[in-house]
Amino acid sequence: MRWGVVTFPGSLDDHDAIYAIDHILGAVAVALWHKDRDLHQVDCVVLPGGFSYGDYLRCGAMARFSPVMESVAAFAREGGLVLGICNGFQILCEAGLLPGALTRNRDLSFVCDRVHVRVESAASPFTQACTSGEILTLPIKHGEGRYVADEDTLRRLEDGGQVLLRYVDTAGRASEAANPNGSLHNIAGVTNPARNVFGLMPHPEHAVEKLLDGDDGLKIFRSVAAAVASGRGEPLTSVAPGH
Amino acid sequence: MIEAAVTPELAAEHGLNAEEYQRILAALGRAPTYVELGIFSVMWSEHCSYKSSRAWLRELPTTGAHVLQGPGENAGAIDIGEGLAAVFKIESHNHPSFVEPYQGAATGVGGILRDIFTMGARPIANLDSLRFGAIDHPRTRYLVHGVVAGIGGYGNCIGVPTVGGELYFDPGYNENILVNAFTIGLVRSDRIFRASATGIGNPVIYVGSKTGRDGIHGASLLASAEFGDETEHKRPTVQVGDPFTEKLLLEACLELMERDAIVAIQDMGAAGLTSSSVEMAARGGTGLLLDLDRVPLRETGMTPYEILLSESQERMLIVAKAGAEDVVKDIFAKWDLDACVVGTVTDDRLFRVRFGGREVACLPLEPLADGAPRYERPAAPSAELEAIQLFNQDQVPLPGDYNRTLLGLLDSPNIASRRWVYRQYDQIVRGNTVVLPGSDAAVIRIKGTRKALALSVDCNSRYCLLDPYVGAMSAVVESARNVTCAGATPIGVTDCLNFGNPEKPEVMWQFKEAVHGIRDACVALGVPVVSGNVSFYNETEGRPIPPTPTIAMVGLLDDVSRHMTQWFKGEGDVIVLLGRTREELAGSEYLAQQGVVTGTPPWMDLEVEKQLQAVCLHAIREGWLRSAHDCSEGGLAVALVECCLTGPPQAALGAAVELEGAIRPDALLFGESQSRIVVSLRRQQVSRLRELAHRHEIPFAILGEVRKHRLTIGALIDLSLTEMQQVWETALPRRLGAA
Repeated sequence: MRWGVVTFPGSLDDHDAIYAIDHILGAVAVALWHKDRDLHQVDCVVLPGGFSYGDYLRCGAMARFSPVMESVAAFAREGGLVLGICNGFQILCEAGLLPGALTRNRDLSFVCDRVHVRVESAASPFTQACTSGEILTLPIKHGEGRYVADEDTLRRLEDGGQVLLRYVDTAGRASEAANPNGSLHNIAGVTNPARNVFGLMPHPEHAVEKLLDGDDGLKIFRSVAAAVASGRGEPLTSVAPGH
Repeated sequence: MIEAAVTPELAAEHGLNAEEYQRILAALGRAPTYVELGIFSVMWSEHCSYKSSRAWLRELPTTGAHVLQGPGENAGAIDIGEGLAAVFKIESHNHPSFVEPYQGAATGVGGILRDIFTMGARPIANLDSLRFGAIDHPRTRYLVHGVVAGIGGYGNCIGVPTVGGELYFDPGYNENILVNAFTIGLVRSDRIFRASATGIGNPVIYVGSKTGRDGIHGASLLASAEFGDETEHKRPTVQVGDPFTEKLLLEACLELMERDAIVAIQDMGAAGLTSSSVEMAARGGTGLLLDLDRVPLRETGMTPYEILLSESQERMLIVAKAGAEDVVKDIFAKWDLDACVVGTVTDDRLFRVRFGGREVACLPLEPLADGAPRYERPAAPSAELEAIQLFNQDQVPLPGDYNRTLLGLLDSPNIASRRWVYRQYDQIVRGNTVVLPGSDAAVIRIKGTRKALALSVDCNSRYCLLDPYVGAMSAVVESARNVTCAGATPIGVTDCLNFGNPEKPEVMWQFKEAVHGIRDACVALGVPVVSGNVSFYNETEGRPIPPTPTIAMVGLLDDVSRHMTQWFKGEGDVIVLLGRTREELAGSEYLAQQGVVTGTPPWMDLEVEKQLQAVCLHAIREGWLRSAHDCSEGGLAVALVECCLTGPPQAALGAAVELEGAIRPDALLFGESQSRIVVSLRRQQVSRLRELAHRHEIPFAILGEVRKHRLTIGALIDLSLTEMQQVWETALPRRLGAA
């Protein structure tokens, strides 16, 4: 399959996503440039981590206005698969492709660590290679990763099974101590109602080799690959209401 | 435009003494203009000219079969095989960080990064060596928060991982903290860029951020003089960093370097446009003509003096091949950055500057660069040294409760877990960090090869205060031991020499002794010094800081799968001490906690050290070892605790240890004898290691074995892992405040 990885000015983990895709997964990684509207027929777009445009305003606030994002939004509306990691998650929220927002961490400082996240639902193109309830160990590194949304939105997310990843401790409890940034409901990653857009704060592309931080992140990439192979990545003819 | 009249008094305000001013008059055969005085003042500042240190720095070993670039360029470079070179350097940003901790530290990181990518190398890792005053000093908390946030703010945002460093607290830095930043990068060894302006008529191109009024005289006044009461007023001399622009500059420069378009490139660091122009032309044996009207400016009404001396960040000066201007401009336009032709390489060996249609400076290059004053300043030990070195061990009472003493050491800000700091740094971006912060050395793999680099930065300034020669040797060998414990061969050093006022003979003596210590240790270990930085005038109210020759060591692993970490791996493994524990207490953290900082630092035998490292490295490469950890601050007891606690949280292991020796038990546990490594290994490998150690005449002692849950050391220590973890992990956040 063909993956597209967008580089915004200030993207940092774009190289790492490309490395995970072409060196580890053995798939095709296409570098997409923020000034270029052409998505080059990719099956899944990755919005990588980093500090797009320096994030001096609000994380992701500038990037959503870049030319490539017009195409990404259209692609997502047609059911194309979009994976936003860290800054990419922030951009997806700013662009309205995912509900909620990411604000400054609870203790106001940048945090780089390894966390445990529980797969809340394997029923998505991004988690289908996992089992529901499975715990993944993934790195995080962000200053603004506290997921917030209003009560109604949170209820809809929970009821609709849109929370795909939740911060937990080793025993699988979604405790306050296991929550690295103060995210509401310990939310680490959410999908849209149509389940074709996924944003998460942990970095699966930094967990693809045992030599480094373990390889639990590969399950996210393999899920997408399996979804595309089974035709799930094809643009939908009907799009869920509101999206 | 009205310029101030140039007088000896004005020169003195620029940091040039009467003799130096006379030298300028003699070199020019006339009085300099105001602009020219400004140029001389920065070029002849201690920071840019190394006028007090050059005579001694010459003694350092800087060559070797693998050295591709030694001192004198933006950074040093070492051949690591497979057509690749490691480019690295360490640099201080002490005074700016004390005046404005966030921006000072941030721009320190930004500056050292530019030194690396200006050589054509992509930065792959940062380290930071930090020293603050006493942890309970009223300003320390503010400074620590600012500096750590500044390092993170810049490093995290530019996408270079911060993978290690050091952190010390000592009242000697109360009013003069140290922030030393190290960057290492990778480049194809046939594509190293240098900074010699050659090719008469070649265009000089300014790229990056626009020039503002920030940082004027940062190098000459801030970095080259002592602090007094007016420190606050110097805040405007600190630069402001923009890591986003630097990220663009980094990508644009590296993209440009793929093309055959440029002759030379240099960072506009200290003394900005002036030093980059002068140094590039001086190296090239050419001249340079600058037209300041073409320099992109951030503010209106800037004078030529301000434009020339601004230290605005994220700027580079490029000498392009004639006709390649558009290649440069197109690539920088892609990255939304300015690129303007601002001058030309000339053949007249002059630095000429035009502004507003007239020439505002015309100076011969020779006196500005190589002709800067050089001093062999008087050096003599301080009258107090003898008294400081007096120490009677018998007056030190033995601890009543060794458990409590050990917990007290784990609670020391100099020993406690540094996790609170490094958790605020991106340690993994670019996907190469094999060993994260928290082991003896970080290990960074090199994609596309089986190789990896191990990095460590070290200096025990307490040892250096007691004996700068031995202290500096210890810094070199400890950093080498650290990379060895990671399984790497030490291949190169960069040093950051932080000292007080060199005009004081006792400071100059400390400097000279430290340089000799570095020299002797590097010669013995066969490791060249390929780059470095000298930071003098680290004083406040007339008191020098403890001498602090920070050493960053780079090691090479040929096979990354053979890397080693410091923590215990499995229950039942045998714990062995390589090296001898002597009855040495002086200089230890144990004594410092009791307020005793006297005596002479632990004994050092370079040949023994060399053999020890050979044994450790061989055993790692043969696959015999499961862990290896250097013994340093806090001695053997603290080293053992670290072996227990630093692994993955779920996998913490204890140990049951018996110590034998006819020396005081506190020296056995907490003494800081050099040349010791704690290793653990499977029982079946023990005899192999014993034989190897015997062949190298390295003392070998089985200490005990790895167990679960508790650390016991004879009848003296019996503590649970939880108890130790609690103290060791919370010591810093508890004092520095949750953040």
